[in-house]
Amino acid sequence: MAPTFGRGAMTNSWTDIKNADVVLIMGGNAAEAHPCGFKWVTEAKHHNNAKLVVVDPRFTRSAAVSDFYCPIRAGTDTAFLLGVINHLLSTDKYHKAYVEQFTNASYLVREGYEFKPEDGLFSGYDAAKRTYDRGTWDYEMGADGFPVRDETLQNPRSVFQQLKKHVSRYTPEMVERITGSPKDKFLKVCDYIASTGNGERSMTIMYALGWTQHSYGSQTIRTAAMIQLLLGNMGMPGGGVNALRGHSNVQGLTDIGILSNSTPGYLVLPTEREVTFDAYMGNRDFRPLQPGQISFWQNYKKFFVSFLKSMYGSAATAENAFGFDYLPKYDGQYDVIRHFELMHQGKINGYVCQGFNPLMSAPNKSKMTAALSKLKFLVTIDPLETETSRFWERKGEANPVDPSKIQTEVFMLPSTCFAEDEGTFTNSSRTLNWRWKAADAPGQARTDIDIMADLFNRLRAAYQKDGGKGAAPVLATAWQYKDPKHPTADELLREINGRALVDLKDATDPTKVLLPAGHQLASFAQMRDDGSTEGACWIYTGSYTQAGNLTARRNNADPSGLGIHPQWGFAWPANRRILYNRASADADGKPWSERKKYMVWDGSKWAGPDVPDYPPALAPDKKAGPYIMNPEGVSRLWVRRTMADGPFPEHYEPFESPVENALHPKTSASPVARVFKGDLEVFGKAKDFPYVATSYRLVEHFHWWTKSVKLNAIVQPEFFVEISPELASEKKITNGQWVKVSSNRGSVKGKAVVTKRIPTLTIDGKKVHTVGLPIHFGFVGETKTAIGVNALTPVVGDANTQTPEYKAFLVDIEPISNPVA
Amino acid sequence: MNMQFSRRQFLKGTGAGVAGTALGAFGFGDAEVALAQAARPFKLEKATETRNTCPYCSVSCGMIMYSRGDVKKGEKAKVFHVEGDVDNPVNRGTLCPKGSGVLDFINSKQRITQPMHRKPGSDKFEPVSWDFAMDRIAKLMKEDRDANFVEKNGDGVTVNRWPTVGFLAGCASSNEPGWLTYKVTRSLGILAVDNQARI
Repeated sequence: MAPTFGRGAMTNSWTDIKNADVVLIMGGNAAEAHPCGFKWVTEAKHHNNAKLVVVDPRFTRSAAVSDFYCPIRAGTDTAFLLGVINHLLSTDKYHKAYVEQFTNASYLVREGYEFKPEDGLFSGYDAAKRTYDRGTWDYEMGADGFPVRDETLQNPRSVFQQLKKHVSRYTPEMVERITGSPKDKFLKVCDYIASTGNGERSMTIMYALGWTQHSYGSQTIRTAAMIQLLLGNMGMPGGGVNALRGHSNVQGLTDIGILSNSTPGYLVLPTEREVTFDAYMGNRDFRPLQPGQISFWQNYKKFFVSFLKSMYGSAATAENAFGFDYLPKYDGQYDVIRHFELMHQGKINGYVCQGFNPLMSAPNKSKMTAALSKLKFLVTIDPLETETSRFWERKGEANPVDPSKIQTEVFMLPSTCFAEDEGTFTNSSRTLNWRWKAADAPGQARTDIDIMADLFNRLRAAYQKDGGKGAAPVLATAWQYKDPKHPTADELLREINGRALVDLKDATDPTKVLLPAGHQLASFAQMRDDGSTEGACWIYTGSYTQAGNLTARRNNADPSGLGIHPQWGFAWPANRRILYNRASADADGKPWSERKKYMVWDGSKWAGPDVPDYPPALAPDKKAGPYIMNPEGVSRLWVRRTMADGPFPEHYEPFESPVENALHPKTSASPVARVFKGDLEVFGKAKDFPYVATSYRLVEHFHWWTKSVKLNAIVQPEFFVEISPELASEKKITNGQWVKVSSNRGSVKGKAVVTKRIPTLTIDGKKVHTVGLPIHFGFVGETKTAIGVNALTPVVGDANTQTPEYKAFLVDIEPISNPVA
Repeated sequence: MNMQFSRRQFLKGTGAGVAGTALGAFGFGDAEVALAQAARPFKLEKATETRNTCPYCSVSCGMIMYSRGDVKKGEKAKVFHVEGDVDNPVNRGTLCPKGSGVLDFINSKQRITQPMHRKPGSDKFEPVSWDFAMDRIAKLMKEDRDANFVEKNGDGVTVNRWPTVGFLAGCASSNEPGWLTYKVTRSLGILAVDNQARI
């Protein structure tokens, strides 16, 4: 989403879903995976007469309460959505004013950029390196230094015409051929979607890992984002693209920078080619691409310097570029999938898993076991026992290892669970809520904070005493906590928010102190690039101000009745509840319709129930666009160089697919997704593994935790395999009988559940069956021991995010005799 | 600033009065009043209520944790009941089949209660003290860091990276330990720091 809108997060809130007129659930199953968030869909249906449309390979419980369900082959969502775009454009059912004014539809792309439909490739492809030279993926620049535009959208090199041409191949017939979604059902879905392209009605799209866990997942999400732009559903109440995050705080940890190449607040860790801070900043040119645009990232340096001040405190000075050199500089990819590859090659010696169970959650379990066995030491920090902490233990065929051959030293450290510590979670809709400690930890369990502080204090003491390589960054790290052994969550949230280090004076009137030294920053607008402010994560600034801890606010009032709840916790950025909300009004600042009125220009300021995602007093006649993070000021239907696999989305097959790509068999799967040697060899072929497998969650379980939770283990005690009656009769499998499911990497065993919930589809004239595999089972806990589903899954990541392809791969299935009880 | 709000205190303040008035208004006699007084007291009356958030999916359902003992008063506390928080505008008091089971997560048999150590080649875990575990981990890390840390790359550029150790941070961890983890891992030069956003 970030390449399209400027930020990558759920745009609206859970409670805002009640304002939707159409809800599209695709690539997710909110009714089972996010049941209490799904209640807002129910609310929209009952009180806003909303229609729920579900497109999924399985007739899920979300589908069971939908107004319309359309089946689809796992892994073909991009083709389906590009077909929707083709329908909207070819039948003239898009929001014209929004597209003209708030997207880059009018921008011209430069000569040299092209897409070759017969090859399935964009210009600049290097087959040897499996990458694109993205040089031609740019706008046509005018003499004034700004991109050339054609406001009539008629120029064949305009983004609009390029898009029309690009999607014209995705006819309803082609969509049916690729996805297996019957043409009449596909067109019915299009009708529901198109009903919202008018400013009077809005649609929300809810998706989850059913979209991300593919080798082209980022492009699927971009296609959804483009549909919402064409319909004018971004910035609107009841609109938006809503990524339903999987874990309680996956949004928060991503915000805080826990991704290999990130620093907090979606800043970027420098590479070794950026040899100085100036060189690093030189690569961050956020000059506006149209006159008068805000291009908010122009403040990047203020946020980065404030982060460095939080990292290195008084050791970060103007003279040493605020400690820029202390930061690690990366020289390649360090994401978890590549790191496991390096581990498998024996190049990693130590590993720490803090609340993480990769033996179950990483693809290709047998490769993971071999990789962990090559470590010198492994540390797990978790409230519960995990398979990872016991990867060396023999558990029959669920974990067929020989402990005597595994030389890894393992530490299993007990941590507190949510009930036993305090702090904030950031929910999927960007809202931080403080939690209070309710109970003491069992036995000797400690908080993650105490464990990390203990580790750091021991290491720092060792470097102080004995010296050693790389002592400087360790010794420079700021550790100003009242009790260095036990930093408190309150202290850490204050540090995340940031404060003034000296009196901050008014630039125009130096006698005026805007914020005294030591005071908490009220907003990231107060951050400076001269070292006079600190703040670890700029997007969280405003969460803990002089007024106190705003994440602990519990005023649930909703004066507008639109589900905004502005004083419940704190939503980043700046307590905005709907992102890009300036776009809820037209170019003149008037609402698109009375029915969907949200933020409007009242003559002197932006007024409405939310905090404007825009300078509060900037008049519409100044012509600054609503997408303030983008240098264009508008959103992007076509992106310049930020996506690795193309400026427009394109349909590629999963790496394991029952069919060739119907559009361009020469380039069937993603031409740029990273595949390691060894992983390529274990991709299976459709002739050996004819069925599409997809993994999913059950309503009764959460990942691999709740198998250790008695209540959940009782209601859903064992692994099973879900198949259609057609496949069952073809393979002579009866309901409840044991089956073995195999991929080219391994096999799992379980009882068959024969159900009409997984329809058999016709793909390109041939019948394709799908096998459903719930993920939650393993060899630790109260549920019956099972071989994890990741024994089957392939190692290939999304071309942009390296998210593994769990949602579509190939298997075979056969009946087996029941195990002896 | 006390941002915690006890729903029951509020009910005590207003509800009792309403109930009394209502009884009178409907003309109930002494028998009903006696019956009301004989009713068993509310089971959770003596419990301490603490606001928390469900640790599973990303809806962040509000939870009320009922415990014996109050950690804020320095008492030992144990949770014995969990309910959805009706004041939370998102879940409005509801919990799903996952969230409804959190008490069994808190009290799970698989909870680890002391540091455990598995020696190379061994087929079992053995309990160890925190001091032993942390000392040994710090020693293993320093040895590896001293051997493999890269201060400058081939071009003489300061790169301060430690390529041979990785760290995975789990997403049930709060933002505050998340930030501390960030600070510690990056100051050590670890590049392979990741969360569950991908898997």
